[in-house]
Amino acid sequence: MDIPRTWRLRDQRYLLQGNQCEECGELYFPKVFICHKCRCRSLKDYQFSGRGTVYSYSTVYQAAPNFDAFVPYIVALIDLKEGPRVTAQLSDISPGEVEIGMPVEMVVRKISEDGERGVINYGYKFRPPIPLEE
Amino acid sequence: MKMNMKPSRPIGIVGYGAYVPRYRVAAAEISRVWRQGQDTGALPVKQKSLPGADEDTITMSIEAGKNALMRADIDPALIRSVWAGSESHPYAVKPTSTVVAQALSIAPYTTAADFEFACKAGTEAMQAALGFVGSSMADYSLAIAMDTAQGRPGDALEYTAAAGGAAFIIGPAANSVAILEGSISYATDTPDFFRRSYQKYPEHGNRFTGEPAYFLHISNAVRTLLEDLELKPSDFAMAVFHQPNTKFPQKVAKQLGFTPEQIKEGLLSPFIGNTYAGASPLGFSAALDAAKPGDRLLLASFGSGAGSDALSFVVTDRIEEVRFAAPTTRSYIDREVLVDYATYARWRNKIKHH
Repeated sequence: MDIPRTWRLRDQRYLLQGNQCEECGELYFPKVFICHKCRCRSLKDYQFSGRGTVYSYSTVYQAAPNFDAFVPYIVALIDLKEGPRVTAQLSDISPGEVEIGMPVEMVVRKISEDGERGVINYGYKFRPPIPLEE
Repeated sequence: MKMNMKPSRPIGIVGYGAYVPRYRVAAAEISRVWRQGQDTGALPVKQKSLPGADEDTITMSIEAGKNALMRADIDPALIRSVWAGSESHPYAVKPTSTVVAQALSIAPYTTAADFEFACKAGTEAMQAALGFVGSSMADYSLAIAMDTAQGRPGDALEYTAAAGGAAFIIGPAANSVAILEGSISYATDTPDFFRRSYQKYPEHGNRFTGEPAYFLHISNAVRTLLEDLELKPSDFAMAVFHQPNTKFPQKVAKQLGFTPEQIKEGLLSPFIGNTYAGASPLGFSAALDAAKPGDRLLLASFGSGAGSDALSFVVTDRIEEVRFAAPTTRSYIDREVLVDYATYARWRNKIKHH
């Protein structure tokens, strides 16, 4: 991943920042320039809570070179609590522990490294939530 | 001469947060690989924490910082410093703290810097944050103590070099969970442990790390703090000392007059190892998790090189409101998953591919 792209997408990757149509309220992740629902061009930034559930998943054993360090890893479709469905890796979990419908929360993790000399790319992954005590 | 450092206005910790990765490797497993289990009767800890393949000091600092923000319940944009203390910053040049500031919505109006002082880099960042807020230059300041420490394979330190830490948001006393009473910093040139540039693993002076380093610096910092504040060990509900193993903090506590009961809550090294810059701050977050309003808490760090920061805090009623607003230290420690030496060696890049 090139440096300008890493820089440009930092809020999307670190904060799960998408956007919301100012006309009809539709939510998007990643951001869109025109609302797919009402064709409105006026959208404002929207930060998702990071809570969601696993819609489906697949385990990757043969990865692209930048992701070799993490195999086997799980790529999942996550239904965010607010609506949009995102694709992301799961973390802190073994392949046998994943279930469709399980709750997950967003964390910032290392996505890849551009070799030993390049930039380290950070971004969202999802993991089973750490429970809050009462 | 006044040794004790006090802010010019009442300040304290308004939010704190812990982080420990979920993976552990047993000391007995390390012993099996390098010593054929010969030393299993005298292991320094039961097991140590290690980061997953996608974790480093930056990702762990972000999570601890998020937990601190949840407890502080303030707008992150009010924070004027992000200071991260670690000996394992992912970049040699490029701050850990700018990534953390961006990911926590603290950027852009903030100072950001990385601190290094072996195992006391975290409390050094805390001292700077206390000074920054205590002098009214800032209302809120974030200090992070986090490490993913590495020990040379087969070295004594490999049993304990672990990953974890804590984050503290310093702010006005009015919304603090623990108010600062005063602090002492004590440092001398003592080469007990070091890592040269471009070296992957540190070197240590074997027994030199004990008496002239750990015990001398902590004892002098704590004794001077108690004298200056006119306090005695029994005035403290809990005390947390740097914990490179299980024995050192128990021994220094006894020498200074603290009971095993006083150090129990903050002594985490038997279960997760030595989290270096994160160690005493993480123990302190465990102590805060268990504290009652009115409790006086002692935090005493040690960093090789060498130095110690000793700080005294008094817990306020606000602890009851925020204690469970973020995951507790214990909830991170309890989610342990043991891995074998081979997995640990792969994740920690101890195996060269080429």
